Amino acid sequence: MAKKKTDQDVLFSLGEQLKLRVEGRVISPEGRLNFEEAGNFTLLVPRIIRGRKLRHVQISLADIKQIDSAGVMALYHVQRTMARRRISVELVNTPVSVEEKMLLFTTKDQLPERLTVQGGFLERTGEVVHHFFSSYIFGFLLLASNIFYWSFADLFRSSARRKGEVVNQSVLIGVNAVPIVVFLSFVIGFVIALQSSGQLKSFGANIFVVDLVVISIMSQMGPLITAILIAGRSGSAIAAEIATMKVTAELDALKTMGLNPNRFVIVPKLYACMLTMPFLIVLANVAGMTGGGLAANLYLDITPEIFMNRMGDIMRNKDLFTALIKSQVYAALIVLTGSFYGLRVERGAEGVGRVTTVAVVVSITLVILADSILGIVFY
Amino acid sequence: MKKEKIIEVNDLYAAFDSLTVLSGVSFSAYQGEVTVILGGSGSGKTTLLKHLLGLYPIMGGRISILGKDLAQLREVEQVELYHKMGVLYQSGALLGSLTVAENVALPLSQHTKLPPELISDIVYMKLGLVNMAHAYHLYPSQLSGGMLKRAALARAIAMDPPLLFCDEPGAGLDPVSLESLDQLILNLKNQLGMSIVLVTHEVPSILRVANRIVFLDQGQVAFEGPLKEAMHSKHPAVSAFFSVLKNEHVRELVR
Repeated sequence: MAKKKTDQDVLFSLGEQLKLRVEGRVISPEGRLNFEEAGNFTLLVPRIIRGRKLRHVQISLADIKQIDSAGVMALYHVQRTMARRRISVELVNTPVSVEEKMLLFTTKDQLPERLTVQGGFLERTGEVVHHFFSSYIFGFLLLASNIFYWSFADLFRSSARRKGEVVNQSVLIGVNAVPIVVFLSFVIGFVIALQSSGQLKSFGANIFVVDLVVISIMSQMGPLITAILIAGRSGSAIAAEIATMKVTAELDALKTMGLNPNRFVIVPKLYACMLTMPFLIVLANVAGMTGGGLAANLYLDITPEIFMNRMGDIMRNKDLFTALIKSQVYAALIVLTGSFYGLRVERGAEGVGRVTTVAVVVSITLVILADSILGIVFY
Repeated sequence: MKKEKIIEVNDLYAAFDSLTVLSGVSFSAYQGEVTVILGGSGSGKTTLLKHLLGLYPIMGGRISILGKDLAQLREVEQVELYHKMGVLYQSGALLGSLTVAENVALPLSQHTKLPPELISDIVYMKLGLVNMAHAYHLYPSQLSGGMLKRAALARAIAMDPPLLFCDEPGAGLDPVSLESLDQLILNLKNQLGMSIVLVTHEVPSILRVANRIVFLDQGQVAFEGPLKEAMHSKHPAVSAFFSVLKNEHVRELVR
C-alpha cells in the first residue's frame, strides 16, 4: 500500500485497480472495488478513519468505475464496524450503476446466531450417557432383535427370501475370502511353530510343538484370525453398502414398496455370514496346522507321520464345538455391527466413509471382547 | 449493436461406445443473454452441458468459452476459466460435510484474500438473495429439495461469475419459488450483465427469462435463435414443443 502526499490530500494505492483519495473527512475510492480490492479496502479505511480521529466520514462513490458484490459488502462492512465505535460513515455521490448494485446486494439484518445450548457439567455428562444408552445400546439391541426375529421367521420359508441372494452373499462374504484366510492362517501357524522351536529344542521337548500349534490354532488363532479378516473385509462392505443405500433413499424405496429393509437387505447377509464362517474357520485351522507342521518338519525334524499321530491324541471335540459356537457369535456381531452403523449414516458421502471406519473398528473390538468372554466360558 | 459471443460451439461430436449422442452441434451464446438449451429426454442436453463445463473430453469439434478454446487450455488456464463460471447442478451438489454457509464461503475463501468477517457478510447476503439466509448454519441434509437448489445457486453466484450455467433450476420448486428464482436470474442478467445458460423444461420459466433458444433433437441442433422465432419454427420437434407452450400461455392469459 503506497502512500503519496500532495498539497491537500493523501492518495493511497491499494492494489492495481483501486486508489483511495482522502480529503479532510471525505474518502473517495477511485477505480474498481471488487473481489481483489475489497479485502484491502475493509482493512485500510477503518485505519485511516481511526488515524485521523474522525467522527463523521463521507465516502464518495463518484469515481468508482466498477463494483461487485464483495465491493458492496465491503462498504456496508465499513459502515457497520464504524457504527459500533459511534463513527458515522455516509455514502455520498453514488452513481446510478453503483446504486443498482447496492440495492441488489443488500442484507436485511444481522447474521443469525448459531443455536447451541451449553448446559453444566452434570447436564452434559448425563446427556452423553443417555445418548450412549438410548441410541447405541438400545438401538443395537432393537436392530438385533428385529433381525433375529426375521431370520428365525424366514428360516424355513424360502418364498420370503430374495431368490439367490443368500448364495450370492455367501460367495461375496465366504468364498471370496478363502484365499486370504487360508494364506494368513498358514503363515501364522508356520510362525508359531518357528518361534517356539528354539525354546523347545533347548529342552529336548521337540514333540510338544504339535501340542502348541494344534491347541493355539484350534481354540484361538483360527477362529479369531478368520473373524478379524471377515470384519475388515465384509463388515466394511456391509456398512458402506447399507449407508449408500440409505443416502440414496434406496432403503426408503424398499419400505414404500412394502418390503422390510432389515429383512430384505440384512437377513440374507446374516445367513450367508453364519453359514460360511464355520467353513472358513475349519479351513483356517487346517491351513494353520499345515503351516505349523511344515515348520516342525523343517526346524525340529518332526515328520508328517509323527505330527499327525500326535495331533490325533491332543485334538478334542470340544475345540471344534467351541469354534462352531464362536463362528456363529462372530458372524452375528460382524453383520449386526456393519448394518447398525450403515443405518446410522448422516451427511452424504463423507458420512458413508465415517460409518464404514467406525463399523470396522467396533466389530473387531467386539469380536476380540467376545473371544475373551467365550474363552473364559469354555476354558 | 452486435453482442459479444461468450460461448461458441462448432461441429461438436460426442459418443459413448458406439452410441452417438451429439453430432455436428453448433451454436453460440451471447454476452448478457439468457440462452435456454431445450430438448426432449435423451436429446443430449446433459452431455452438451457437461462438454461446456469441460467435464468430458472433446472427441470432435470445438468449444470456445469466454474466448478460450477448451481443448487447448492448460490446467492453470482451465482453473482460471472456472473462476469466471458458476454452475448450479441439478441435484445441488452441496458438500454434505459443510454447512450451507461454509459451502457458499468455499470459493470465496479459496480464491480470494478477503478477511473472514467480510466473507461471512458476503455469504449471508448471497443467501439472502436466494431467500435462504435462515439456513446459514444448517447442513444440506437438513434442507428440502427446493432449499438445496437455492443454496446451491447462492454458491454458484458467490464470486459474481460473468457466466452462469444452470441445470434444470426449476425442477423441484413450487411455482412461487420458481418465479422468484426467475426474477433473480433476470436481476443477475440485467444488473450484473451475467450471461446465463439454462437447461430447463419449465414453460413459464422459458417465457419469463429466455432470450435465445437452442433446441436439441436426436443429438443435433434443430433450432437456434430468439424465443419469438422458436415459437414459429417449422421443425416438427420444435413446433410440437412450442404448441404445448402456446396452449399453456393462452391458458395463462385466459385466466
